[in-house]
Amino acid sequence: MLKGKAFKFGEGISTDHIIPGRYAHLRSNLPELARHVLEDADPTFASRVNRGDFIVAGGNFGLGSSREHAPLVIKMAGVSAILVKSVARIFFRNAINLGLPVLICDTDKIDDGDELEVDLVTGTVRDITSGSQLTSGRIPEAMLRILEEGGLIPYIQKHGDFKL
Amino acid sequence: MSQTLAEKILSVKSGGEAHAGDIVIAQVDLSFVQDTTGPLTVRQFQASGFKQLADPKRAVLFIDHAVPSPNSNLSEDHALLREFAGQAGGTISDVGSGVCHQIVAEAWARPGDVIVGADSHTVTAGGLGAFATGMGSSDVAIAMALGKTWLRLPETVRVEVSGELPRGVYAKDLILHLIGLIGADGATYKSLEFGGDTVASMSMSGRFTVANMAVEAGAKVGLFPADAVTRDYLMVRGRGGDYQPLSPDADASYEKTIRISAGGLEPTVSRPHTVDNTAPARELTGTKVQQVVIGTCTNGRLEDMEVAAGILKGKKVHPGTRLIVAPASRGVLLEAIAAGYIQTMIESGAVVLPPGCGPCLGLHQGVLGKGESCLSTANRNFKGRMGNPEAFIYLGSPATAAVTAIAGEITDPREEL
Repeated sequence: MLKGKAFKFGEGISTDHIIPGRYAHLRSNLPELARHVLEDADPTFASRVNRGDFIVAGGNFGLGSSREHAPLVIKMAGVSAILVKSVARIFFRNAINLGLPVLICDTDKIDDGDELEVDLVTGTVRDITSGSQLTSGRIPEAMLRILEEGGLIPYIQKHGDFKL
Repeated sequence: MSQTLAEKILSVKSGGEAHAGDIVIAQVDLSFVQDTTGPLTVRQFQASGFKQLADPKRAVLFIDHAVPSPNSNLSEDHALLREFAGQAGGTISDVGSGVCHQIVAEAWARPGDVIVGADSHTVTAGGLGAFATGMGSSDVAIAMALGKTWLRLPETVRVEVSGELPRGVYAKDLILHLIGLIGADGATYKSLEFGGDTVASMSMSGRFTVANMAVEAGAKVGLFPADAVTRDYLMVRGRGGDYQPLSPDADASYEKTIRISAGGLEPTVSRPHTVDNTAPARELTGTKVQQVVIGTCTNGRLEDMEVAAGILKGKKVHPGTRLIVAPASRGVLLEAIAAGYIQTMIESGAVVLPPGCGPCLGLHQGVLGKGESCLSTANRNFKGRMGNPEAFIYLGSPATAAVTAIAGEITDPREEL
Protein backbone atom coordinates (compact mmCIF):
# COMPACT_ATOMS: atom_id res chain seq x y z
CA MET A 1 0.00 0.00 0.00
CA LEU A 2 1.42 3.38 -1.05
CA LYS A 3 0.48 6.51 0.88
CA GLY A 4 1.19 10.15 0.16
CA LYS A 5 0.04 13.52 -1.06
CA ALA A 6 -1.19 14.38 -4.56
CA PHE A 7 0.75 16.94 -6.61
CA LYS A 8 -1.60 17.91 -9.40
CA PHE A 9 -0.47 18.84 -12.92
CA GLY A 10 -2.47 19.59 -16.07
CA GLU A 11 -2.74 18.05 -19.53
CA GLY A 12 0.17 17.22 -21.85
CA ILE A 13 3.08 17.44 -19.42
CA SER A 14 6.03 16.82 -21.77
CA THR A 15 9.50 15.47 -21.05
CA ASP A 16 10.68 19.06 -21.60
CA HIS A 17 8.48 20.13 -18.66
CA ILE A 18 9.85 17.25 -16.59
CA ILE A 19 13.53 17.73 -17.34
CA PRO A 20 14.39 20.23 -20.10
CA GLY A 21 17.14 19.65 -22.66
CA ARG A 22 18.99 22.70 -21.40
CA TYR A 23 20.08 20.54 -18.43
CA ALA A 24 21.46 17.75 -20.63
CA HIS A 25 24.95 18.58 -19.37
CA LEU A 26 23.82 17.36 -15.91
CA ARG A 27 22.65 13.93 -17.05
CA SER A 28 25.79 12.27 -15.68
CA ASN A 29 25.32 14.15 -12.38
CA LEU A 30 21.94 12.81 -11.31
CA PRO A 31 21.59 14.48 -7.87
CA GLU A 32 22.16 17.86 -9.50
CA LEU A 33 19.84 17.03 -12.44
CA ALA A 34 17.07 15.91 -10.05
CA ARG A 35 16.95 19.37 -8.45
CA HIS A 36 15.28 20.59 -11.67
CA VAL A 37 12.49 17.98 -11.77
CA LEU A 38 9.30 19.41 -13.33
CA GLU A 39 10.82 22.88 -13.11
CA ASP A 40 9.05 24.24 -16.21
CA ALA A 41 5.64 23.00 -14.96
CA ASP A 42 5.99 24.00 -11.29
CA PRO A 43 9.27 25.54 -10.09
CA THR A 44 8.35 24.84 -6.44
CA PHE A 45 7.67 21.11 -6.90
CA ALA A 46 11.21 19.88 -6.19
CA SER A 47 11.35 21.66 -2.83
CA ARG A 48 7.83 20.64 -1.72
CA VAL A 49 7.60 16.95 -2.69
CA ASN A 50 8.14 14.32 0.00
CA ARG A 51 9.04 10.64 -0.23
CA GLY A 52 5.95 8.61 -1.09
CA ASP A 53 3.99 11.44 -2.73
CA PHE A 54 2.14 11.05 -6.03
CA ILE A 55 2.18 12.94 -9.29
CA VAL A 56 -1.42 13.28 -10.50
CA ALA A 57 -1.93 14.67 -13.99
CA GLY A 58 -4.12 14.78 -17.09
CA GLY A 59 -3.71 13.08 -20.46
CA ASN A 60 -0.66 12.19 -22.58
CA PHE A 61 1.70 12.54 -19.61
CA GLY A 62 5.39 12.33 -20.59
CA LEU A 63 4.99 13.01 -24.30
CA GLY A 64 8.10 13.89 -26.28
CA SER A 65 11.64 12.74 -25.87
CA SER A 66 12.83 9.21 -25.08
CA ARG A 67 14.96 10.56 -22.22
CA GLU A 68 14.77 8.00 -19.42
CA HIS A 69 16.03 10.78 -17.18
CA ALA A 70 12.44 12.07 -17.05
CA PRO A 71 11.01 9.18 -14.99
CA LEU A 72 14.40 8.83 -13.31
CA VAL A 73 14.36 12.31 -11.74
CA ILE A 74 10.70 11.81 -10.72
CA LYS A 75 11.68 8.58 -8.98
CA MET A 76 14.68 10.28 -7.37
CA ALA A 77 12.34 12.97 -5.99
CA GLY A 78 10.68 10.21 -3.98
CA VAL A 79 7.45 9.94 -6.00
CA SER A 80 5.96 6.48 -5.41
CA ALA A 81 3.56 6.37 -8.37
CA ILE A 82 2.22 8.50 -11.23
CA LEU A 83 -1.56 8.70 -11.69
CA VAL A 84 -2.70 10.03 -15.04
CA LYS A 85 -5.59 9.95 -17.50
CA SER A 86 -3.27 8.62 -20.20
CA VAL A 87 0.46 8.25 -20.68
CA ALA A 88 2.80 8.63 -23.66
CA ARG A 89 4.29 5.38 -24.91
CA ILE A 90 8.03 5.81 -24.38
CA PHE A 91 7.62 7.46 -20.98
CA PHE A 92 5.38 4.60 -19.80
CA ARG A 93 7.92 1.97 -20.80
CA ASN A 94 10.79 3.95 -19.27
CA ALA A 95 8.96 4.41 -15.97
CA ILE A 96 8.17 0.70 -15.66
CA ASN A 97 11.78 -0.12 -16.63
CA LEU A 98 12.87 1.94 -13.61
CA GLY A 99 10.33 0.32 -11.28
CA LEU A 100 8.13 3.43 -11.15
CA PRO A 101 4.41 2.54 -11.42
CA VAL A 102 2.11 4.53 -13.72
CA LEU A 103 -1.62 4.06 -13.16
CA ILE A 104 -4.38 5.18 -15.49
CA CYS A 105 -7.47 6.58 -13.78
CA ASP A 106 -9.90 9.50 -13.83
CA THR A 107 -7.64 12.05 -12.17
CA ASP A 108 -10.27 14.83 -12.44
CA LYS A 109 -11.66 13.39 -9.19
CA ILE A 110 -8.41 14.10 -7.31
CA ASP A 111 -7.51 17.60 -6.08
CA ASP A 112 -4.06 19.03 -5.50
CA GLY A 113 -2.90 18.25 -1.97
CA ASP A 114 -5.33 15.34 -1.38
CA GLU A 115 -4.01 12.48 0.75
CA LEU A 116 -4.09 9.25 -1.31
CA GLU A 117 -3.74 5.55 -0.65
CA VAL A 118 -2.84 3.40 -3.67
CA ASP A 119 -3.01 -0.38 -3.78
CA LEU A 120 -0.88 -1.50 -6.73
CA VAL A 121 -2.16 -5.09 -6.59
CA THR A 122 -5.87 -4.24 -6.93
CA GLY A 123 -5.34 -0.91 -8.70
CA THR A 124 -7.51 0.87 -6.13
CA VAL A 125 -6.90 4.56 -5.46
CA ARG A 126 -8.49 5.85 -2.25
CA ASP A 127 -8.73 9.63 -1.83
CA ILE A 128 -8.69 10.03 1.94
CA THR A 129 -9.32 13.79 1.75
CA SER A 130 -12.47 13.55 -0.40
CA GLY A 131 -13.53 10.09 0.76
CA SER A 132 -13.87 8.85 -2.82
CA GLN A 133 -12.45 5.69 -4.37
CA LEU A 134 -11.19 5.17 -7.95
CA THR A 135 -10.23 2.08 -9.88
CA SER A 136 -7.25 2.30 -12.19
CA GLY A 137 -6.68 0.38 -15.41
CA ARG A 138 -4.50 -2.72 -15.28
CA ILE A 139 -0.81 -2.42 -16.14
CA PRO A 140 -0.24 -4.79 -19.13
CA GLU A 141 0.95 -8.26 -18.06
CA ALA A 142 4.37 -8.05 -19.74
CA MET A 143 5.12 -4.74 -18.02
CA LEU A 144 3.84 -6.00 -14.68
CA ARG A 145 6.44 -8.77 -14.76
CA ILE A 146 9.21 -6.20 -15.28
CA LEU A 147 7.75 -3.91 -12.59
CA GLU A 148 7.52 -6.79 -10.11
CA GLU A 149 11.27 -7.36 -10.41
CA GLY A 150 11.91 -3.67 -9.74
CA GLY A 151 12.60 -2.73 -13.34
CA LEU A 152 14.25 -3.95 -16.55
CA ILE A 153 17.83 -4.23 -15.32
CA PRO A 154 16.97 -6.35 -12.22
CA TYR A 155 14.59 -8.34 -14.43
CA ILE A 156 17.34 -9.19 -16.94
CA GLN A 157 19.86 -9.84 -14.18
CA LYS A 158 17.47 -12.41 -12.72
CA HIS A 159 16.13 -14.05 -15.89
CA GLY A 160 19.00 -13.42 -18.32
CA ASP A 161 16.50 -12.95 -21.15
CA PHE A 162 12.92 -11.84 -21.88
CA LYS A 163 10.50 -14.40 -20.46
CA LEU A 164 7.32 -12.39 -20.96
CA MET B 1 -4.16 -13.81 -42.70
CA SER B 2 -3.43 -10.52 -44.42
CA GLN B 3 -1.07 -8.15 -42.71
CA THR B 4 -0.16 -4.52 -42.24
CA LEU B 5 3.44 -3.37 -42.69
CA ALA B 6 4.03 -3.56 -38.93
CA GLU B 7 2.61 -7.10 -38.79
CA LYS B 8 4.72 -8.23 -41.75
CA ILE B 9 7.99 -6.92 -40.35
CA LEU B 10 7.46 -8.15 -36.80
CA SER B 11 6.28 -11.58 -37.98
CA VAL B 12 9.57 -12.09 -39.82
CA LYS B 13 11.66 -10.72 -36.96
CA SER B 14 9.90 -12.73 -34.25
CA GLY B 15 9.90 -15.99 -36.21
CA GLY B 16 6.15 -16.57 -36.46
CA GLU B 17 2.95 -15.03 -37.77
CA ALA B 18 2.03 -12.18 -35.47
CA HIS B 19 -0.86 -9.75 -35.38
CA ALA B 20 -1.83 -6.52 -33.66
CA GLY B 21 -2.02 -6.90 -29.91
CA ASP B 22 0.52 -9.76 -29.73
CA ILE B 23 3.59 -9.46 -27.51
CA VAL B 24 6.61 -10.45 -29.59
CA ILE B 25 10.31 -10.86 -28.89
CA ALA B 26 11.88 -9.40 -32.02
CA GLN B 27 15.40 -9.63 -33.38
CA VAL B 28 16.96 -6.16 -33.46
CA ASP B 29 18.83 -5.29 -36.66
CA LEU B 30 20.24 -1.98 -35.47
CA SER B 31 20.46 -0.35 -32.07
CA PHE B 32 21.79 3.11 -31.37
CA VAL B 33 22.12 5.86 -28.80
CA GLN B 34 23.09 9.51 -28.91
CA ASP B 35 25.19 11.65 -26.61
CA THR B 36 22.41 12.73 -24.24
CA THR B 37 20.90 9.24 -23.78
CA GLY B 38 23.96 7.05 -24.44
CA PRO B 39 25.86 7.58 -21.19
CA LEU B 40 22.91 6.15 -19.21
CA THR B 41 22.73 3.25 -21.68
CA VAL B 42 26.43 2.54 -21.04
CA ARG B 43 25.86 2.58 -17.27
CA GLN B 44 22.78 0.33 -17.49
CA PHE B 45 24.62 -2.07 -19.83
CA GLN B 46 27.47 -2.31 -17.36
CA ALA B 47 25.15 -2.53 -14.33
CA SER B 48 23.49 -5.55 -15.95
CA GLY B 49 26.87 -7.31 -16.03
CA PHE B 50 27.26 -7.35 -19.82
CA LYS B 51 30.70 -6.90 -21.40
CA GLN B 52 30.19 -7.24 -25.16
CA LEU B 53 27.52 -6.11 -27.59
CA ALA B 54 25.45 -8.87 -29.21
CA ASP B 55 26.38 -7.53 -32.66
CA PRO B 56 29.00 -4.76 -32.60
CA LYS B 57 28.61 -4.31 -36.37
CA ARG B 58 24.99 -3.23 -35.92
CA ALA B 59 25.29 -0.87 -32.97
CA VAL B 60 26.10 2.82 -33.28
CA LEU B 61 26.92 5.50 -30.72
CA PHE B 62 26.15 8.93 -32.18
CA ILE B 63 27.69 12.14 -30.92
CA ASP B 64 25.33 14.65 -32.47
CA HIS B 65 23.21 16.49 -29.90
CA ALA B 66 25.89 18.72 -28.38
CA VAL B 67 28.54 19.12 -31.07
CA PRO B 68 31.18 20.35 -30.85
CA SER B 69 30.84 19.99 -27.09
CA PRO B 70 29.75 23.25 -25.41
CA ASN B 71 31.05 22.35 -21.93
CA SER B 72 33.25 19.96 -19.97
CA ASN B 73 30.38 17.84 -18.59
CA LEU B 74 29.22 16.96 -22.08
CA SER B 75 32.82 16.42 -23.23
CA GLU B 76 33.10 13.76 -20.53
CA ASP B 77 29.87 12.13 -21.71
CA HIS B 78 31.31 12.06 -25.24
CA ALA B 79 34.52 10.50 -23.93
CA LEU B 80 32.50 7.83 -22.10
CA LEU B 81 30.79 6.81 -25.36
CA ARG B 82 34.11 6.65 -27.23
CA GLU B 83 35.66 4.57 -24.46
CA PHE B 84 32.65 2.21 -24.41
CA ALA B 85 32.89 1.65 -28.18
CA GLY B 86 36.55 0.78 -27.72
CA GLN B 87 35.76 -1.81 -25.04
CA ALA B 88 32.37 -3.32 -25.88
CA GLY B 89 32.28 -2.68 -29.63
CA GLY B 90 30.02 -0.54 -31.75
CA THR B 91 30.63 2.25 -34.22
CA ILE B 92 31.23 5.82 -33.06
CA SER B 93 29.67 8.49 -35.28
CA ASP B 94 31.61 11.47 -34.02
CA VAL B 95 31.39 15.28 -34.04
CA GLY B 96 30.61 16.63 -37.48
CA SER B 97 29.15 13.44 -38.95
CA GLY B 98 25.58 14.54 -38.40
CA VAL B 99 22.26 13.79 -36.72
CA CYS B 100 21.73 10.13 -35.80
CA HIS B 101 18.46 9.76 -37.73
CA GLN B 102 19.94 11.20 -40.91
CA ILE B 103 23.00 8.91 -40.73
CA VAL B 104 20.78 5.91 -39.93
CA ALA B 105 18.77 6.73 -43.07
CA GLU B 106 21.82 7.31 -45.27
CA ALA B 107 24.00 4.43 -44.12
CA TRP B 108 22.28 1.88 -41.89
CA ALA B 109 18.51 1.33 -42.11
CA ARG B 110 17.13 -1.29 -44.49
CA PRO B 111 13.52 -2.04 -45.43
CA GLY B 112 12.14 -4.70 -43.06
CA ASP B 113 14.64 -3.96 -40.26
CA VAL B 114 13.74 -3.63 -36.61
CA ILE B 115 15.60 -0.60 -35.27
CA VAL B 116 15.65 0.67 -31.70
CA GLY B 117 17.25 3.98 -30.81
CA ALA B 118 17.48 5.90 -27.57
CA ASP B 119 15.87 8.92 -29.18
CA SER B 120 12.18 9.43 -29.88
CA HIS B 121 12.76 10.44 -33.50
CA THR B 122 14.15 7.00 -34.32
CA VAL B 123 10.83 6.66 -36.17
CA THR B 124 12.47 8.59 -39.05
CA ALA B 125 13.79 5.33 -40.57
CA GLY B 126 10.17 4.26 -41.07
CA GLY B 127 10.52 6.27 -44.28
CA LEU B 128 12.61 3.37 -45.60
CA GLY B 129 10.13 0.73 -44.42
CA ALA B 130 12.01 -0.12 -41.22
CA PHE B 131 10.13 -0.80 -37.97
CA ALA B 132 12.13 1.89 -36.16
CA THR B 133 11.08 3.07 -32.75
CA GLY B 134 12.41 5.20 -29.91
CA MET B 135 13.07 3.69 -26.50
CA GLY B 136 14.80 4.70 -23.31
CA SER B 137 18.40 4.10 -22.35
CA SER B 138 17.72 0.86 -20.43
CA ASP B 139 15.73 -0.74 -23.25
CA VAL B 140 18.45 0.06 -25.77
CA ALA B 141 21.14 -1.22 -23.37
CA ILE B 142 19.38 -4.58 -23.23
CA ALA B 143 18.77 -4.59 -27.00
CA MET B 144 22.49 -4.00 -27.52
CA ALA B 145 23.36 -6.79 -25.09
CA LEU B 146 20.86 -9.44 -26.25
CA GLY B 147 20.26 -8.44 -29.89
CA LYS B 148 16.51 -8.47 -29.28
CA THR B 149 13.71 -6.57 -27.62
CA TRP B 150 10.10 -7.11 -26.62
CA LEU B 151 7.34 -5.24 -28.40
CA ARG B 152 3.58 -5.11 -28.35
CA LEU B 153 2.61 -5.32 -32.01
CA PRO B 154 0.67 -2.10 -32.57
CA GLU B 155 -2.69 -1.63 -34.23
CA THR B 156 -2.35 0.34 -37.44
CA VAL B 157 -3.93 3.59 -38.51
CA ARG B 158 -3.70 3.89 -42.28
CA VAL B 159 -3.16 7.38 -43.71
CA GLU B 160 -4.19 7.46 -47.35
CA VAL B 161 -3.03 10.58 -49.18
CA SER B 162 -4.13 11.29 -52.73
CA GLY B 163 -3.51 14.05 -55.25
CA GLU B 164 -0.72 16.49 -55.85
CA LEU B 165 0.72 18.80 -53.20
CA PRO B 166 0.04 22.41 -54.35
CA ARG B 167 2.90 24.79 -55.03
CA GLY B 168 4.42 25.99 -51.73
CA VAL B 169 3.05 22.98 -49.82
CA TYR B 170 5.43 20.23 -48.73
CA ALA B 171 5.61 16.93 -46.85
CA LYS B 172 6.13 18.97 -43.66
CA ASP B 173 2.77 20.69 -44.14
CA LEU B 174 1.13 17.30 -44.66
CA ILE B 175 2.41 15.87 -41.39
CA LEU B 176 1.68 19.07 -39.43
CA HIS B 177 -1.85 19.00 -40.86
CA LEU B 178 -2.28 15.34 -39.83
CA ILE B 179 -1.07 15.97 -36.28
CA GLY B 180 -3.38 18.97 -36.00
CA LEU B 181 -6.22 16.74 -37.19
CA ILE B 182 -5.71 13.76 -34.85
CA GLY B 183 -3.93 15.48 -31.93
CA ALA B 184 -0.68 14.90 -30.06
CA ASP B 185 -2.07 11.64 -28.67
CA GLY B 186 -4.08 10.74 -31.78
CA ALA B 187 -1.92 7.72 -32.59
CA THR B 188 -0.52 6.74 -29.17
CA TYR B 189 0.79 3.12 -29.25
CA LYS B 190 -0.22 2.84 -32.93
CA SER B 191 1.59 2.25 -36.17
CA LEU B 192 0.89 5.08 -38.62
CA GLU B 193 1.07 3.54 -42.08
CA PHE B 194 1.24 5.89 -45.04
CA GLY B 195 -0.05 5.11 -48.52
CA GLY B 196 -1.84 6.50 -51.54
CA ASP B 197 -0.59 8.04 -54.78
CA THR B 198 0.86 11.16 -53.09
CA VAL B 199 3.02 8.89 -50.96
CA ALA B 200 4.02 6.72 -53.92
CA SER B 201 5.47 9.75 -55.70
CA MET B 202 6.93 11.35 -52.55
CA SER B 203 10.73 11.67 -52.38
CA MET B 204 12.66 9.86 -49.65
CA SER B 205 13.42 13.26 -48.11
CA GLY B 206 9.68 13.94 -47.76
CA ARG B 207 9.02 10.43 -46.44
CA PHE B 208 11.65 10.91 -43.73
CA THR B 209 10.07 14.24 -42.73
CA VAL B 210 6.66 12.60 -42.35
CA ALA B 211 7.94 9.46 -40.57
CA ASN B 212 10.09 11.63 -38.25
CA MET B 213 7.02 13.35 -36.85
CA ALA B 214 4.85 10.24 -36.39
CA VAL B 215 5.93 10.27 -32.74
CA GLU B 216 4.43 13.77 -32.35
CA ALA B 217 1.03 12.07 -32.65
CA GLY B 218 2.19 9.49 -30.12
CA ALA B 219 2.82 6.73 -32.68
CA LYS B 220 5.25 3.88 -32.09
CA VAL B 221 6.24 3.84 -35.77
CA GLY B 222 5.52 5.77 -38.96
CA LEU B 223 5.82 3.28 -41.80
CA PHE B 224 6.19 3.75 -45.54
CA PRO B 225 6.23 0.99 -48.15
CA ALA B 226 9.57 0.16 -49.74
CA ASP B 227 9.28 0.75 -53.47
CA ALA B 228 11.19 2.03 -56.50
CA VAL B 229 11.83 5.38 -54.77
CA THR B 230 13.33 3.52 -51.79
CA ARG B 231 15.42 1.33 -54.11
CA ASP B 232 16.84 4.34 -55.95
CA TYR B 233 17.72 6.08 -52.67
CA LEU B 234 19.66 3.03 -51.51
CA MET B 235 21.33 2.44 -54.89
CA VAL B 236 22.66 6.00 -55.09
CA ARG B 237 24.31 5.36 -51.71
CA GLY B 238 25.87 2.08 -52.86
CA ARG B 239 23.33 0.11 -50.83
CA GLY B 240 21.26 -1.47 -53.60
CA GLY B 241 21.80 -4.85 -51.92
CA ASP B 242 19.96 -3.63 -48.83
CA TYR B 243 16.73 -3.19 -50.79
CA GLN B 244 13.72 -5.46 -50.59
CA PRO B 245 10.24 -4.43 -51.67
CA LEU B 246 7.72 -4.14 -48.88
CA SER B 247 4.03 -3.33 -48.94
CA PRO B 248 1.00 -4.11 -46.81
CA ASP B 249 -1.52 -6.70 -48.00
CA ALA B 250 -4.38 -5.12 -49.92
CA ASP B 251 -6.93 -6.43 -47.43
CA ALA B 252 -4.90 -5.79 -44.27
CA SER B 253 -6.92 -4.92 -41.20
CA TYR B 254 -6.71 -1.31 -40.01
CA GLU B 255 -8.05 0.23 -36.87
CA LYS B 256 -9.12 3.12 -39.05
CA THR B 257 -8.22 4.87 -42.29
CA ILE B 258 -7.70 8.62 -42.52
CA ARG B 259 -8.03 10.06 -46.02
CA ILE B 260 -6.29 13.30 -46.91
CA SER B 261 -6.60 15.15 -50.18
CA ALA B 262 -3.18 16.70 -50.87
CA GLY B 263 -4.68 19.33 -53.16
CA GLY B 264 -6.57 20.87 -50.25
CA LEU B 265 -3.49 21.32 -48.02
CA GLU B 266 -1.97 24.70 -47.22
CA PRO B 267 1.33 25.84 -45.72
CA THR B 268 0.79 24.89 -42.07
CA VAL B 269 2.40 26.09 -38.85
CA SER B 270 2.33 24.67 -35.30
CA ARG B 271 1.89 27.42 -32.73
CA PRO B 272 3.32 27.43 -29.19
CA HIS B 273 3.46 25.22 -27.11
CA THR B 274 2.16 22.02 -28.71
CA VAL B 275 2.71 20.44 -32.12
CA ASP B 276 -1.00 19.81 -32.61
CA ASN B 277 -1.82 23.51 -32.18
CA THR B 278 -1.75 24.05 -35.94
CA ALA B 279 -3.02 26.85 -38.16
CA PRO B 280 -2.60 27.83 -41.81
CA ALA B 281 0.50 30.05 -42.13
CA ARG B 282 -1.67 32.76 -43.73
CA GLU B 283 -3.56 33.18 -40.43
CA LEU B 284 -0.33 33.95 -38.59
CA THR B 285 0.93 36.62 -40.97
CA GLY B 286 2.45 39.47 -39.04
CA THR B 287 3.73 37.37 -36.13
CA LYS B 288 7.25 38.74 -35.59
CA VAL B 289 10.09 36.26 -35.09
CA GLN B 290 13.59 36.99 -33.83
CA GLN B 291 15.04 33.67 -35.00
CA VAL B 292 14.49 31.17 -37.80
CA VAL B 293 16.04 27.69 -37.83
CA ILE B 294 16.37 25.53 -40.95
CA GLY B 295 17.71 22.04 -40.29
CA THR B 296 17.35 19.14 -37.80
CA CYS B 297 16.36 15.51 -38.37
CA THR B 298 12.99 16.74 -39.65
CA ASN B 299 14.12 19.14 -42.39
CA GLY B 300 17.91 19.25 -42.64
CA ARG B 301 18.28 17.37 -45.92
CA LEU B 302 19.53 18.52 -49.32
CA GLU B 303 16.01 19.04 -50.69
CA ASP B 304 15.27 21.31 -47.73
CA MET B 305 18.46 23.31 -48.34
CA GLU B 306 17.51 23.59 -52.02
CA VAL B 307 14.05 24.97 -51.23
CA ALA B 308 15.42 27.45 -48.67
CA ALA B 309 18.31 28.61 -50.89
CA GLY B 310 15.94 29.01 -53.84
CA ILE B 311 13.85 31.46 -51.82
CA LEU B 312 16.79 33.26 -50.20
CA LYS B 313 18.76 33.75 -53.42
CA GLY B 314 19.43 37.45 -53.93
CA LYS B 315 17.44 38.37 -50.82
CA LYS B 316 18.49 39.48 -47.35
CA VAL B 317 17.42 38.11 -44.01
CA HIS B 318 15.39 40.72 -42.08
CA PRO B 319 17.64 42.84 -39.82
CA GLY B 320 15.55 41.96 -36.77
CA THR B 321 15.84 38.21 -37.38
CA ARG B 322 18.67 35.68 -37.09
CA LEU B 323 18.66 32.80 -39.60
CA ILE B 324 20.41 29.61 -38.42
CA VAL B 325 21.01 26.77 -40.87
CA ALA B 326 22.10 23.33 -39.66
CA PRO B 327 22.54 20.65 -42.33
CA ALA B 328 21.61 17.21 -40.95
CA SER B 329 24.78 15.42 -42.03
CA ARG B 330 28.26 15.92 -43.45
CA GLY B 331 26.98 14.46 -46.72
CA VAL B 332 24.17 17.02 -46.87
CA LEU B 333 26.58 19.85 -46.06
CA LEU B 334 29.03 18.81 -48.79
CA GLU B 335 26.30 18.46 -51.39
CA ALA B 336 24.76 21.79 -50.36
CA ILE B 337 28.18 23.42 -50.76
CA ALA B 338 28.69 21.84 -54.17
CA ALA B 339 25.24 23.00 -55.31
CA GLY B 340 25.91 26.56 -54.12
CA TYR B 341 23.07 26.53 -51.56
CA ILE B 342 25.37 27.26 -48.61
CA GLN B 343 26.97 30.22 -50.41
CA THR B 344 23.51 31.58 -51.25
CA MET B 345 22.26 31.28 -47.69
CA ILE B 346 25.39 32.81 -46.14
CA GLU B 347 25.20 35.71 -48.61
CA SER B 348 21.61 36.28 -47.52
CA GLY B 349 22.77 36.62 -43.92
CA ALA B 350 22.40 33.07 -42.56
CA VAL B 351 24.79 31.55 -40.05
CA VAL B 352 25.64 27.94 -40.90
CA LEU B 353 26.26 25.46 -38.08
CA PRO B 354 28.18 22.19 -38.29
CA PRO B 355 26.04 19.10 -38.97
CA GLY B 356 24.16 18.09 -35.80
CA CYS B 357 21.00 18.74 -33.82
CA GLY B 358 21.87 22.43 -33.47
CA PRO B 359 19.52 24.61 -31.42
CA CYS B 360 16.54 22.19 -31.53
CA LEU B 361 16.86 20.91 -27.97
CA GLY B 362 17.92 24.09 -26.24
CA LEU B 363 21.47 23.14 -25.33
CA HIS B 364 23.49 25.62 -27.36
CA GLN B 365 23.90 27.26 -30.78
CA GLY B 366 20.80 29.46 -30.75
CA VAL B 367 19.14 29.43 -27.31
CA LEU B 368 16.18 31.82 -27.32
CA GLY B 369 15.88 34.88 -25.10
CA LYS B 370 12.95 35.73 -22.84
CA GLY B 371 9.88 36.69 -24.84
CA GLU B 372 11.52 35.82 -28.17
CA SER B 373 9.79 33.88 -30.92
CA CYS B 374 11.35 31.43 -33.35
CA LEU B 375 10.08 29.68 -36.44
CA SER B 376 11.86 26.36 -36.82
CA THR B 377 11.72 23.45 -39.25
CA ALA B 378 12.19 21.07 -36.29
CA ASN B 379 9.58 18.73 -34.87
CA ARG B 380 8.87 20.01 -31.36
CA ASN B 381 7.75 23.33 -29.90
CA PHE B 382 7.19 22.41 -26.26
CA LYS B 383 7.59 25.10 -23.64
CA GLY B 384 11.28 25.37 -22.78
CA ARG B 385 12.34 23.27 -25.75
CA MET B 386 14.84 25.73 -27.19
CA GLY B 387 16.41 26.54 -23.85
CA ASN B 388 13.99 29.10 -22.50
CA PRO B 389 10.55 28.45 -20.97
CA GLU B 390 9.65 32.09 -21.66
CA ALA B 391 10.20 31.82 -25.42
CA PHE B 392 7.75 30.85 -28.19
CA ILE B 393 8.37 28.28 -30.93
CA TYR B 394 6.50 27.92 -34.21
CA LEU B 395 7.09 24.96 -36.56
CA GLY B 396 6.88 25.04 -40.34
CA SER B 397 8.40 23.90 -43.63
CA PRO B 398 11.76 25.11 -44.97
CA ALA B 399 9.87 27.29 -47.46
CA THR B 400 7.81 28.90 -44.69
CA ALA B 401 11.01 29.32 -42.70
CA ALA B 402 12.89 31.00 -45.56
CA VAL B 403 10.14 33.51 -46.41
CA THR B 404 9.67 34.22 -42.71
CA ALA B 405 13.41 34.92 -42.31
CA ILE B 406 13.24 37.50 -45.11
CA ALA B 407 10.09 39.20 -43.82
CA GLY B 408 11.00 38.98 -40.11
CA GLU B 409 7.45 37.76 -39.49
CA ILE B 410 5.54 34.61 -40.27
CA THR B 411 4.71 34.60 -43.96
CA ASP B 412 2.83 32.24 -46.26
CA PRO B 413 5.43 30.97 -48.78
CA ARG B 414 2.88 30.99 -51.59
CA GLU B 415 3.11 34.78 -51.54
CA GLU B 416 6.79 34.63 -52.50
CA LEU B 417 6.93 31.64 -54.88
